[in-house]
Amino acid sequence: MAEYLGFEGYGIYIWPAYGATVLVLGAIAVWSLRRNARVKAELAELEARNARRRKEA
Amino acid sequence: MTATNVRTDGKINIWAFANPANFMKLSGALLPWVSLGAALCLSVGLVWSLFYTPAAYDHGQAVKIIFIHVPSALLAINTYFLMMLASLIGLIRSHPVSHLVAKAAAPVGAAFTVVAIVTGAIWGQPGWGTWWVWDARLTSILVMLFFYLGYIALWNAIEDPVKAADLAAILCLVGSVFAVLSRYAVLFFATLHQGSTLSLDAEQNIDDAFYHPLLVMIVGFYLLFIALLLVGVRTEIRARRVRAMRLAEV
Repeated sequence: MAEYLGFEGYGIYIWPAYGATVLVLGAIAVWSLRRNARVKAELAELEARNARRRKEA
Repeated sequence: MTATNVRTDGKINIWAFANPANFMKLSGALLPWVSLGAALCLSVGLVWSLFYTPAAYDHGQAVKIIFIHVPSALLAINTYFLMMLASLIGLIRSHPVSHLVAKAAAPVGAAFTVVAIVTGAIWGQPGWGTWWVWDARLTSILVMLFFYLGYIALWNAIEDPVKAADLAAILCLVGSVFAVLSRYAVLFFATLHQGSTLSLDAEQNIDDAFYHPLLVMIVGFYLLFIALLLVGVRTEIRARRVRAMRLAEV
């Protein structure tokens, strides 16, 4: 198994390349979703506050 | 589809999709399916390319890097072309959502460019015996990365979003020279980098054993890009609304 995952000696290139790809694309995906969630929550809060104000007025 | 998308002459008015409310509705419906497709293609593609592809006679097992290097380089350059188009439309029609598409695409494109450069450098070691050479293709994609970063920085540096959009769009158009160079440098100059892997001329294509998993990976990368772009544009539209509401409160 260890020999198989070593890809005939090229594993030292293949694994870091795949690892870096997963890392960078995973990071941009997580960043996008977290930013979206933050802005969405901010907008919801503002809209709720506006709705309350309109009710009071 | 809302009634506003269909004009009186029966033709579909594509500009109606650029209306923020329409965009939110359509993208919200599309997003789960695009994400699911991306996850499926990337899972199948990763396992296929790593464990079910042969070694190449000239690259040995190192050829496996092709399945991430080619899709990421393709997306790195095509994302820039999309930004160029969106910036042009934004400038010509003064359409704010068009600028937001370019803005949302930038970080995703920059990420693909980093992946393309890193995987290329790692592949360069067994392939060329070096991590990096200052040849036309490699240099132009590096300059393109700097334009991505500069574009993002410019958006963040200018307070007024209308002014930021216009200036960033102009910067994007200037940098598009390097996106074109990144793609076609192998044709114009003698470079160390090999020619295109994929070609419409089937005779010149790589063997099916590599071609099929590569196609799955390319589709997966495209779907991932579309999903991230939709999320990004939705975020930008909401952020724009937040800004407008905050200004109205003051």
